[in-house]
Amino acid sequence: MTTAVAGPERTARAAGVAPGRRRSRTLAGTWALVRFLVRLDRLRIPVWIAGIVLSVWSSASSVKAFYPTQADLDAAAEPLYDNVAVIALQGPTYAIDTLGGNIVFNIGGFGYVIMGLMAMFLVGRHTRADEEAGRTELLRATVVGRNAPVTAALLVTGGGLAVTGALITLSMLALGLPAAGSVAYGAAMAAFGVFFAGVTAVAAQVTEHNRPAYGITGALLGLSFVVRAVGDVGDGTVSWLSPMGWAQSVRPYAGERWWPLLLLAAGTVALVGVAYALLARRDLGGGLVAARPGQPTASRWLGRPWGLTVRLQRATLLAWASGLVTTGIVYGSLGEDVADLVGDSEQVADVIAQAGGSLTDSYFATSLLMLAVITGGYAVSSALRPRSEETGGRAEPLLATALSRTQWAGSHLAMAVGGSTLILAATGAAMGATYGLIVGDAGQVPRLTGAALGFAPALWVLAGLATALFGVLPRATVAVSWAVFAWCALVGFLGQLLDLPQWAMDVSPFEHVPELPAQGVEWPPLVVLTLIAAALATVGLAGLRRRDAGY
Amino acid sequence: MTAAISVSGLVKTFGHVRALDGLDLEVATGEVHGFLGPNGSGKSTTIRVLLGLLRPDAGAVRLLGGDPWHDAVELHRRLAYVPGDVNLWPNLTGGEVVDLLGELRGGLDRRRRDEMIERFDLDPRKKGRTYSKGNRQKVALVAALASDVELLVLDEPTSGLDPLMEAVFQDTVREITGDGRTVLLSSHVLAEVEALGDRVSIIRAGRTVESGTLAEMRHLTRTSISVETAGPVTGLDALAGVHDLVVDDHRATFDVDTARLDDAMRHLTSLGIRGLTSQPPTLEELFLRHYGDELSELEGGPGGAAGNGAAGTAAGAAG
Repeated sequence: MTTAVAGPERTARAAGVAPGRRRSRTLAGTWALVRFLVRLDRLRIPVWIAGIVLSVWSSASSVKAFYPTQADLDAAAEPLYDNVAVIALQGPTYAIDTLGGNIVFNIGGFGYVIMGLMAMFLVGRHTRADEEAGRTELLRATVVGRNAPVTAALLVTGGGLAVTGALITLSMLALGLPAAGSVAYGAAMAAFGVFFAGVTAVAAQVTEHNRPAYGITGALLGLSFVVRAVGDVGDGTVSWLSPMGWAQSVRPYAGERWWPLLLLAAGTVALVGVAYALLARRDLGGGLVAARPGQPTASRWLGRPWGLTVRLQRATLLAWASGLVTTGIVYGSLGEDVADLVGDSEQVADVIAQAGGSLTDSYFATSLLMLAVITGGYAVSSALRPRSEETGGRAEPLLATALSRTQWAGSHLAMAVGGSTLILAATGAAMGATYGLIVGDAGQVPRLTGAALGFAPALWVLAGLATALFGVLPRATVAVSWAVFAWCALVGFLGQLLDLPQWAMDVSPFEHVPELPAQGVEWPPLVVLTLIAAALATVGLAGLRRRDAGY
Repeated sequence: MTAAISVSGLVKTFGHVRALDGLDLEVATGEVHGFLGPNGSGKSTTIRVLLGLLRPDAGAVRLLGGDPWHDAVELHRRLAYVPGDVNLWPNLTGGEVVDLLGELRGGLDRRRRDEMIERFDLDPRKKGRTYSKGNRQKVALVAALASDVELLVLDEPTSGLDPLMEAVFQDTVREITGDGRTVLLSSHVLAEVEALGDRVSIIRAGRTVESGTLAEMRHLTRTSISVETAGPVTGLDALAGVHDLVVDDHRATFDVDTARLDDAMRHLTSLGIRGLTSQPPTLEELFLRHYGDELSELEGGPGGAAGNGAAGTAAGAAG
């Protein structure tokens, strides 16, 4: 705290000496805040950087180990050029018969998504989250200009993203890859992240609360992924509508194009300008839309033990569901293109036949796995809700009523379990509906809905784990739950590539789910996962009954 | 008559911090019991133990004839609680929160709810995010005072309220206790407890230091007097119970034990009072005075308590 107090004070004196400099007043105190944010995030930012750089580096080095000769690379590349399914998930096949091109393709869109998430969480944390908690008010009452907090958050986040990009470049160089491509890749990753830092800064001005600001940013990140998937599968024109498409079109190791970086930079400048303009037009603490008066009395069901939980979580559930259902619709519509390929490429058919199932089914299995892992994010955040209610001091008045701890935490757990199952079912149904419409087979709806539901026990385990931690190790709950989720995502998206030891892969519950619909239903793992989830939930609820509550 | 609350030898530790260190508390059914102590003395911790939110490490705790930890849900039907720091759900309106807490307690009297909302001048249509601190406090107060319960547990309930609302609060509490209900009122403002309380328990550093009726506590309190007299002030220093006397010709300021107030006034009247202001003692003054010796001993030397920061730190560093 001393830094926070000392910083603005010093700025105050400086401002007193030079009252004539009006122009930069809205940015007064920015540097003090930058130092303060660096101090606050001295652990958080290095953890993000290390996590991303290590993932990229280990993916790259395992590609190198996988394909030691040019012949290996050619063989690996051959079936990919026409594989719509993989292209939709990874990105365009620029120079994938070179080591660098193959690495960039394999890390694919997932790498950009992670950079976007890092930007989102770091910027959101220091803009709308601080403002919602009233900390911005405290800072703005000192000599800190209107635009200083958001500028400081963007500078610190941008710095973190730049370091990440630079370290990615260095790790590529260390693997002996060409300099131009390595610089281009690091720059594309960083520039994409910075663009989404700008997106978050704008979203933080629009909504009154931090959660919906994350919702908007996350949805746009998902949209940019889906739009580029549609474009990459087609002739690539549509990809130009997506900032992720711009980043990809830098084409590292495939005849670098530098000007799309300018597109990202110009976009970022425009976004920051929009954020400043919105800041100048709104009240501190308010959003763009003024809060309207609400209901003077509660509806009948709000006072039921589950009523408040549904009320608190329904908007989040709807947001996640609509994002994932949209993605399901897009991926379902691509299924037919995948089927066309089976005739074209014998090699692909061979590869798929070895894995079992048809090419289309293996495409759907991979897509569903990806969507299920993402749904895991909902399961975790929903199961963590009682923890944020507790630390926010809102659990105490509830638990001082006749509401039991089990009812209270149980209703949130039910929301996590039921909500994530619902999202899966809706996503599978949407995928089945568009695919079924194209191939004229209504049976695809129940088939893909069922296949999606096969992933549900893995989500229940994530929700159960969060509940267990909440009951037994409340202080570690949030960090450990998200760390496990991040690990599941890493294993799910890059597991094959990273060549991780089996036990490390097995930590992820998604590894134990049969790859529906490509493989047949295997009940034992599903039953075991369900039992593990139930055991974790029981431990959590029992632990909650025994521990101190409300801190 | 059974006690509504009965606590003896209560101990609660958080890691190395001993928040409650053998606390005792008896609250008889039907009384307003003032629960006094400086900030950080363990009032809220005690209340959280009484609500079954924290598990005691040692000691016996009975609340409305039950065990607050094991019978929490059943007991909570019979009590209402106002936290010291009210946090609301940002997107729920005040009216919704009042109903929610009432329903979760097992139902609420709609007529009384509307009456309380009107009495406290609360806008029930505003969202939690838009309420000021005082209005958030009002939401919790309305929810508690509108309920038909045997026991009200109020943790510094008037913090953030304006004097007008404080008066409304005091009237309402008097009404409620008229019906034979029990109130545990935690506060660090002595005047508030004096206005409402039958009996008081004073705690410090997790321990009960005094407990009894307010009349019994008179020996603890001193009134600060500032007076202007017709002639020069003389003879005050000879009176028993007068402290910290500063005389400037015909003006004087001093503190007097409340029990000796009458003597001092008599003497001043004989001098001819031109102007007089008196201030009731604050709890902090009371503590510093009554436990000052103990405090300065604890904090390493005379002046440690009064000088607070600087002297205390210096002594601490030397020791």
